[in-house]
Amino acid sequence: MALPTYEEVIAKWDPVLGLEVHVELNTHSKMFCSCATEFGAEPNTQTCPVCLALPGALPVVNEKAIESTILIGLALNCKIAPYSRFARKNYFYPDMPKNFQISQYDEPICFDGFVDVEIETEEGTKQFRIEIERVHMEEDTGKSLHVGGATGRIHGADYSLLDYNRAGIPLVEIVTKIVPGTGKYAPEVAKSYVAELRDILRGLKVSDVKMEQGSLRCDANVSLKPIGSDVLGTRSETKNVNSLRSVERAIRGEMIRHAELLNDGKKVKQETRHFQEDTGLTRSGRSKEQAEDYRYFPDPDLVPVTPAAAWIEELRATLPERPSLRRKRIKEEWNVPDKEMEAMINADVLDIVEETVLLGADPTKARTWWLGEISRIANDKNVGVADLAITPADVAELVALVAAGELTDKLARQVVEGVIAGEGKPSEVVAKRGIKVVNDDGALMAAIEKVCAEQAETAEKVRGGHLPAAGALIGAVMKETKGQADAARVRELLLGHLGVS
Amino acid sequence: MIRKTAAQMADALAKGETTSVELTQAHLDRITAVDGQVKAFLHVDAEGALAQAKSVDTRRKSGEKLSPLAGIPLALKDVLAQKGVPTTAGSKILEGWCPPYDSTVVSKLKDAGVVIMGKTNMDEFAMGSSTENSGYGPTFNPWDLTRTPGGSSGGSAAAVSSFEAPLAIGSDTGGSIRQPAALTGIVGVRPTYGAVSRFGLIAYSSSLDQAGPFGRTVLDTALLHEVMAGHDPKDATSINAPVPAVVAAAKSGDVKGMKIGVIKQLQGEGYQKGVQARFDESLKELASLGAEIVEVDCPSFEYALAAYYLIAPSECSSNLARFDAMRYGLRTGDVNGASAEAVMSATRDAGFGREVKRRIILGTYALSSGYYDAYYGSAQKIRTLIIQDYAKAFTKADVLVSPTAPTTAYKIGEKVDDPMAMYLGDVATIPVNLAGICGMSLPAGLAEEDNLPVGFQIMAPAMQDHRLYQAGAALEAALLSKWGAPILDKAPALGGSK
Repeated sequence: MALPTYEEVIAKWDPVLGLEVHVELNTHSKMFCSCATEFGAEPNTQTCPVCLALPGALPVVNEKAIESTILIGLALNCKIAPYSRFARKNYFYPDMPKNFQISQYDEPICFDGFVDVEIETEEGTKQFRIEIERVHMEEDTGKSLHVGGATGRIHGADYSLLDYNRAGIPLVEIVTKIVPGTGKYAPEVAKSYVAELRDILRGLKVSDVKMEQGSLRCDANVSLKPIGSDVLGTRSETKNVNSLRSVERAIRGEMIRHAELLNDGKKVKQETRHFQEDTGLTRSGRSKEQAEDYRYFPDPDLVPVTPAAAWIEELRATLPERPSLRRKRIKEEWNVPDKEMEAMINADVLDIVEETVLLGADPTKARTWWLGEISRIANDKNVGVADLAITPADVAELVALVAAGELTDKLARQVVEGVIAGEGKPSEVVAKRGIKVVNDDGALMAAIEKVCAEQAETAEKVRGGHLPAAGALIGAVMKETKGQADAARVRELLLGHLGVS
Repeated sequence: MIRKTAAQMADALAKGETTSVELTQAHLDRITAVDGQVKAFLHVDAEGALAQAKSVDTRRKSGEKLSPLAGIPLALKDVLAQKGVPTTAGSKILEGWCPPYDSTVVSKLKDAGVVIMGKTNMDEFAMGSSTENSGYGPTFNPWDLTRTPGGSSGGSAAAVSSFEAPLAIGSDTGGSIRQPAALTGIVGVRPTYGAVSRFGLIAYSSSLDQAGPFGRTVLDTALLHEVMAGHDPKDATSINAPVPAVVAAAKSGDVKGMKIGVIKQLQGEGYQKGVQARFDESLKELASLGAEIVEVDCPSFEYALAAYYLIAPSECSSNLARFDAMRYGLRTGDVNGASAEAVMSATRDAGFGREVKRRIILGTYALSSGYYDAYYGSAQKIRTLIIQDYAKAFTKADVLVSPTAPTTAYKIGEKVDDPMAMYLGDVATIPVNLAGICGMSLPAGLAEEDNLPVGFQIMAPAMQDHRLYQAGAALEAALLSKWGAPILDKAPALGGSK
C-alpha cells in the first residue's frame, strides 16, 4: 500500500506535538568545573578531574549558567523557582564519565511559561500559543565516534573513540507541554517555534544557537489521534533534528509514517527515532516501551539553587525586547519593505542600524550604508560589519554631513574607506584628506564656462532644448572639480547658464 | 622519640633537638619493623616522605616561620587522592591508579609541611567496620593481632596506635574514624559535615562522608584538625566560616559548668559490660570536674541504622558508577570485540568486593522507581527526625555522650559472614553522620573482661567542634592522672620492641 499523502493524513488525523529543545549555553567555562568550552578544540584537551569524573573530584555550579537559565525562563514567560535542586540521572554510557548526568528532575528552576508564534497561511497570519512545561539545567555528555561498521552507529563498529571536551558543557532543556490543535500547520508551527526560540536566545546572548554545530538541538515528539478524539495516540520521539527545515520535514514525515501504520490497523511503537537528513525519513532507535529507570535522586554533592527575588527582578529588567516584536516595531516605524527587512536580519545588522538611528540618523540612510557600502567592504575582507573599525556614531555623523550638503554620496564613500582604514572619525577623515564639496558658485561657473567652450557643439544642443545632452557636460564639470562638486547644483547652474532652466 | 606526642615532636623540632628527616626515618624504621604484623599501610612512600622532611628542615634552618605541625610524619587513609602516589580506596578496581591531582586535604597538609609517609589500609571504598573488606587483606589490631582494628579507617588507627605514625587521617561516613579510634585506644574526630573539604576524597556516601584526624592525644588531634579544616570553593558543600578554635579548646580542657547529656538510647542493652563500666566511670570523672550530667531522649535514633543503610548504599550506587574501565583503573574482559557494556560489567564484577556489590545492589534497589518513596524517601524523613532529636537534646546539654562502639575489638573473621552483626557495631556513631554534626572518640580505659580499649564518644552541634576538644581534654587529663601513664603503654609490644 502506498504512503498516504499529507492531505490524506490531515483529512483523517489530528497531530499532537511535544518539543524538547536542548541549548548549549555560551558560558566560558563548563557547568561544574572551570574547563574551557570552545567548539572544535582537539579532542580531550578541555578536560579536568571533575569533567573526567576522576575519583574524588566534585562539581561546583557555574553561577553564570544559572543566570543564563533564569534569563531564558524569564524570556519565555516562566515562573522562577525560589528553590530548586540538581538531581542525578543514573545510566551507564561510555561518553558519560560519571555514568550519571547531573540534571534537574522534579524541581526545575523555571516552569509554566509560554511562547506565541505566528505563521503565514493562505488564510492570513495565524497565531499559536506554545505552552512551556519547564526549563531546566543539566550538563552535556561527551561525544562518541564509532569507527567501522555502518552509518557511524555503535552497532557493528570496530571500535569507538571518546571525546570528553563536550562533557559538562552547560545545557538548558526547554520542554513544551503537549501542543494540540495545530492541525495541518503542525510542521510549520514547530519550525516557527524553534525559530522563535533561536531568536530569543540569540537576543539574550546566552548561546551561539548554531543548530549545525549542535548548540541548539531539537527532539520532536509526534502522535496522531483521530480528528475529534480526546484520546492521545502513541508518540514517537525524533532526535538528531539539526536544522529548522529538518524540524518541519521530520514532523511531516512522522505524521505520514504514523498515519500509514494506523490506517493499516497497526500500532505506533513508542520509541526514539533518528532523523536522516539525506532521506528526510526517520529510523528506529532505542525502544522506549520499557521505560528506563534513571533512579533520579537529589545530587548530594550540590546545594539547592535559591536565587534571591531581587536578583530575579534585576535580571528581568535587563531582558531585551522580544525579537519578533522588535522586528515588527522596527518594520513599521522605519517603513521598511519586506525584502530589505529580511536582508538586514540575514546580514545581522539590525542592532547596529538601530543604534545608528538612535544617534539621529535617518533609518533609510542608516540601513543603506550598513547594508550597502559597509557590508561590501566587510565581505571583501571576509569579516562581519561589527568587526570593522566603523561605529554607529561614525555612520550617524556621515549621514549628517551628507544631509548638510558637506559631502556627496560619492565623497562619503571615500570617507567610509578612510574611517575603516583607521584614519579617524568622519570629520577627521574629511579634514585630513581635504575632501569637500565645491560650494563656491564662482568656481563652478568658471568650470562650466570652460567646459561649454571646449564642448561648444554639445552646449549648443542643450541650449536648443535637447536636455539629455547635458549629462555629458555635467560629467565634464564634475571631472574638472575632481568630484567635489554637488552634481545637482552643477546641473542647476549649467542649465541656467545655457538659458534652459 | 616515636612514642612522644606530635606536640612534643613539634617542640623538639622547633628547638632543633631533632630534624624532620630523623623523625621521619625513625617512623619509617618502625613501619619496617612492625607493619609486617599490623599491615596498616597499603603503600609507603619513603622517598617522597624523606624529600618532604628534608625540604621542611631546610626551610626551618633558613629561619622560615613554619606551621606547628611542619615536619611531623603522618599516615593518610588511601581514600584521599595524592598526586602521583597510588590511591586505591582499598579496592582492586583502582589498583595502580595514581591521581594527577591532590585532594584539598593533601594540599593543606603539604602547605603546612606535614610529611605524608604513605597510604593506609581501609575497607574497600570505606564500606565496612573492620578493615576486613579491603581488597588487599585485613589490618590487624596492635592490641591483639588476632583482632580487627575496626574500620573503615582501620589502617590509619592501627598506624597511630602501633607508633608507626604520630598522626593519621581517616574518613568517617558512619563511624569510620571514631570506631577504629575506640578499638585501638587512640583519639579520633569526625568534624562537622562541610568543615573539611571533600574535594579529592573518593566518595562513598557524599552526604555523610567527612575526613578527620587521628592522634594519640586530644591536643595532637586538634593540631591536625586545624590544619585540615577550612572552606574550600572546590566543594559546594563546604562551610564558609572560620575553623572553630579547636587547639585553644584542647589546651583549656575545662568542663566546669558544662552540661553533658547522656543519650538514653545509646547505652545499656546491647553494650558489652566492660564498655558500659568504663563509660559510666568516665561520666563520674567528668562530674567530679564540675560538669553537670543530664539524660536526654533521642527516640528516633532507633531507626538511625536502618536509615543509614538506605541512604549510604543509595548514594554509593551512583557514586561508584564511574568505575567503568573506560578512563582509569582496572579493565577486564576487553577481548574478541567485547562491547563496552560487557567490558564494564566484567570489570565491575572482577574489581569490586562482596560488600561493595552488596551495597550497590541495595542502593540501586532503594532508588528504583516505585521503591524510592518507601526506601530513600522514608530514610530522608528519619534523617530529619534525628536532626530534630539532636536539636532538642542540645537545648539541654552542651555536648552529648555515649560509648563509641557497643563492644571492644572483635576477632578477625568473627562477623564477616554476618553483615547485620557488623552493621550493629555502628549503632552509636551513625546518628552523628546523619545529622551532619561532629563527634570524637577518646580512650576510656580497658574493658575488664578482655583488657581491650573502650572508646568514649562526645558529640557537639555543627561547627561547635571546639566543644569536643574542651570536654575531651578534660576527661583525658583526669583519666591520665588516674592511670598514671598513657593507655597505649599497656598495649603489648610488637615485633619484639616498643
